[in-house]
Amino acid sequence: MTTTTHPSEVAIQILGLTKSYGDTAVLDGLDLTVPTGTVYALLGPNGAGKTTTVNICSTLLSADHGEVRIGGHDVREDPDRVRTVIGVTGQFSAVDELLTGRENLLLMADLQHLRRAQGRDVVEDLLARFDLVEAADRRVATYSGGMKRRLDLAMTLVGSPRVIFLDEPTTGLDPRSRRELWAVVREQVAAGVTVLLTTQYLEEADQLADRVGVLDGGRLVAEGTPAELKRQVPGAALEVQYVDGRADRVPYDGSVAALRGMLADLDDDAVADLTVLTPDLDDVFLALTGHRGRATIGTAARAESDIDEKAGAR
Amino acid sequence: MSTTYVVRDSTTLLRRNLLHLQRYPSLTVTVVAMPVVFLLLFVFVFGGTMGAGLPASGVEEGRAAYLAYIAPAILVMTVMSVANSTAVMVAKDACEGIIDRFRTMAVARSAPLVAHVLAALAQTVLGVVLVLLVAVGLGYRPDAGALGWFGAAGLVLLLGWTVTWLCVALGLASGSVEAASNAPLPLILLPFLSSGFVPTDSMPSGLAWVADHQPFTPIIDTLRACLAGVSPGADLWWAIGWCVLGSVLCFAWSRRLFARGRAA
Repeated sequence: MTTTTHPSEVAIQILGLTKSYGDTAVLDGLDLTVPTGTVYALLGPNGAGKTTTVNICSTLLSADHGEVRIGGHDVREDPDRVRTVIGVTGQFSAVDELLTGRENLLLMADLQHLRRAQGRDVVEDLLARFDLVEAADRRVATYSGGMKRRLDLAMTLVGSPRVIFLDEPTTGLDPRSRRELWAVVREQVAAGVTVLLTTQYLEEADQLADRVGVLDGGRLVAEGTPAELKRQVPGAALEVQYVDGRADRVPYDGSVAALRGMLADLDDDAVADLTVLTPDLDDVFLALTGHRGRATIGTAARAESDIDEKAGAR
Repeated sequence: MSTTYVVRDSTTLLRRNLLHLQRYPSLTVTVVAMPVVFLLLFVFVFGGTMGAGLPASGVEEGRAAYLAYIAPAILVMTVMSVANSTAVMVAKDACEGIIDRFRTMAVARSAPLVAHVLAALAQTVLGVVLVLLVAVGLGYRPDAGALGWFGAAGLVLLLGWTVTWLCVALGLASGSVEAASNAPLPLILLPFLSSGFVPTDSMPSGLAWVADHQPFTPIIDTLRACLAGVSPGADLWWAIGWCVLGSVLCFAWSRRLFARGRAA
C-alpha cells in the first residue's frame, strides 16, 4: 500500500492500526515502522496499548482496522508465514512448569520441526548461553523468577526468529537478570534480528533501543531516539540536603557542564547529601502527554482524576 | 502450510501431555478416586436398600444386584472425572500463556487441543480399567462376550472423546483454573439424573421424562447391556448419536475459542 521504505529493509510495518473493546479504543490509529536489525521500544503506562500491539503483531489478536506486515507478510492474510519468522516472549513466562528446562526447549525444537540432532544442538547451546545447564534437568516449578524468564526467552530463540517481540521482558526481574537479558537482546540485534520491546522503564529503552515510541491513548505521542526524547523532557535536577536541615532542588538541563557549575557553587561543609535526579518515565509522560501515567507509584499519580484511571484501565 | 504438520505437532504435544501423566501419577489417582469413592459409597452404604428396590433381574439380589446395576454408571463417572481434570489442565495451559506461545508458532492449529484429548483418552482407558478392577474386586461379574467388550470399549472411548472436547472448550472458555474445575459440574451431576443409579420409572414423572430424554440414559443403558452381554437395541443408536452430535459441536466450539484466543 503506502509503504515508503523497501520491504526487505522494514521488519515491522504498522499502518493505521485500531482496536476497540466495546466503547474503549485501545489502539486508535497506530503507525509504526521498524527497520530490520534494530530495536524499537514502545514506552507507555499500563493500558496504553502496548500489549495489544504485540498481540496483534504476533497473530494472537485480530485488529479492527489497519495493516500490519511482519517481515513482509500480512498478519491478517498470511498469519502462518508471520509465525515462521517471529518469536514472542509475553509478559508472563510461558513455560511448562511440570517439565524440566531441557524438556521445555526440546518441545520447542520439535514444534519448530528441527531435525532431532539439530534440535539437540540448539537446545544444548541455548542452555549454556542462558546459564541453565545446571538446572536443565530440574522441573521448572523449582526455578526462580529470573531463571524462568531466561528459559522463556531461550524457548523463543529455539526457532531462530528474525523478528522478536518482547512484552515487558524485565518486569519483576532483579537488576542482574535484567542486565543479562539486555545482553541477549544486543546479541540478537548484532546478528541482524529485529526486536520490538515494550517497557515501562525509560532506562530500559535507553539501554537497548535505537528508537523509542511513546504510546498513550492508543497512538504514538512522541517518537525518536532515546536522547531526542530526553531532551524534550525537563526533569533533571540536583537535590541538595544541607547540614542545617534545609533542602534545595535545582533543575538543570541534564548536561555534565551544568552539573559541574552547580557543584562548584556548593560549600563542601554545608552539604549533607546530594542526589542527581534524572527524568523518568513519569516526567516523560507528564511532559509529552500532559498527564501522568499509571506506571508510577508516586502519590501524584494516585491523586489523578478518576477519568484518567478509567482511560488507563485497559 | 502447517496443516501438513497436524500429525507431527499433535504427536509432539501428546508426548508432553503423556509425560505429565507419567511424571505425576497423582493426577490419575485423583481422577480415579472420585468414581471409586462413589462406588464404595453406593454399594456399601446404599446398596442393600437400593438393591432390594430393583426389579428382580435373575440370580443376584440385594447389594450384589445393585453393584451390577451401577457399575456402568460408575465407569461413565470415571470418564467424566478424566474430562473434568482435562478442563483444568487446558485452563492451566491457557492461563499460564503456553497456549499463547503455541499460537504464535507455526504449529498446526488444532494440535495442542488434539494432544489434550488424546492424552485424556489414554487416561480414560487407564482409569476405567482401574475402576473396573475395583468393581470386580467387590464382586462385579460382567457377562459380556467379545462383542460386548468391544462395544463397551468403543462406547467408553467415544464418550471420552465427546466429553473431553466439551471440557477442552470449557477449559479455554473459563478464563481461570478455578472456574475450569467447576465448569464441568453438570457432567458429574447428569449421570445421577439418568438411569445410572436407579431405574427412571422410580422417579417422579417430570423428572423421569427428563431422565429418559437426556444423553446419559441411553449411554449408560447401552454400556450396561454390553457388559451384561445382551443387545442394547435402539439405545445404542441414541448413545452414538448423542456422542457424535456432541463431539462435532464441542470440537467446533473449541476450535473457535482457540482461534479467537483470550479476550484481551
